[in-house]
Amino acid sequence: MTDLLIPGLVVFTLLYGLIRGVDLYDAMICGIRDGLGVCLRIFPAVLIMLVAVTMLRASGAIDLLAAFLAPVLRAVGFPPDCLPLALLRPFSGSGALSVGSDIIRASGPDSYAGRVAAVMLGSSETSFYTIAVYSAALGLKNTRYALPAALCADLAAFLSSALAVRLFFG
Amino acid sequence: MLMSRVLLILLALALVFGLLTGRISQVSQATLSGAQQAVELLLSIAGALCFWSGLMEVMNRSGLSKRIAALLRPLILLLFGRDGRDSEAASALSQNMAANLLGLGSAATPAGLRAAARLHTLAQGRGEPPHGVFLLIVLNTASLQLFPTTVAAVRAACGASSPYDILPAVWLSSAISVATGIFAAKLFRRLSP
Repeated sequence: MTDLLIPGLVVFTLLYGLIRGVDLYDAMICGIRDGLGVCLRIFPAVLIMLVAVTMLRASGAIDLLAAFLAPVLRAVGFPPDCLPLALLRPFSGSGALSVGSDIIRASGPDSYAGRVAAVMLGSSETSFYTIAVYSAALGLKNTRYALPAALCADLAAFLSSALAVRLFFG
Repeated sequence: MLMSRVLLILLALALVFGLLTGRISQVSQATLSGAQQAVELLLSIAGALCFWSGLMEVMNRSGLSKRIAALLRPLILLLFGRDGRDSEAASALSQNMAANLLGLGSAATPAGLRAAARLHTLAQGRGEPPHGVFLLIVLNTASLQLFPTTVAAVRAACGASSPYDILPAVWLSSAISVATGIFAAKLFRRLSP
């Protein structure tokens, strides 16, 4: 089903654009140039975070923490390998992409932990950053319950990622 | 400043644990391999990221994202109550949500900020705390994206047999996360004085 979805979306988008009189080629070229800009913009942060996370992994700290928390994590069905991703996700989008891809590469993209990492990346956002952007733009001094509610949503995303992977991939 | 602290903590932990576990030489090598991995990661996902970015530009120019925004109006009435009946707020809110659904991050934030400013003004007019703004923030901290293409590109780069096969799992997990965020926001609002 998902194999049909993506080509279908591509063709539908282009057809819709064609019907609405969009210069498809020009739009694609402009969008791709924007995409290149995004790549360049996130590169510095990805590099810093990947160096930091690779160093932390090499030091054994992540393995120790995962081993220490493994009984708790197993009880809720969460793969210990994905713990660093859960810890970093609310703080840094580039960091999460770095750690997530590190987990996907190390565990294998079709492994349980690799899939859970991918679903976590796809179903959560950088909560602290988002709250910072909105409160700075509005000059809000107190966001009250926004942060706790956002962190509840993140926690739900992490736990349900593991649940959904088990449900769909057994 | 937040990220500086996060970074310092990560590196300090790496140094301390590297010394304790006797793996300091691996930690030293990691500075090189991590930097190399960053280049490899960016190169391996850049193509897919750029392609989707091109397709999204077509969605924007053709008005497809506006069309989806219009479909979201009833949902906004449901979530934001009387703020959703304000046409300026509802229009910005629906654009923000549509952009999030399509993964148009660069369009989502400006629309979100416009919606937040309007919701803030409406709440101030009533002399209330801006609960609509808080709900909007919570919605934007949860992921509504239908096609997480960057993640799929990372999976493809790592040799996944079917990079998009995680989509149903992502949708289920996103839905649970968003519902939890909305529920938590409404609950905490009631509990807060």
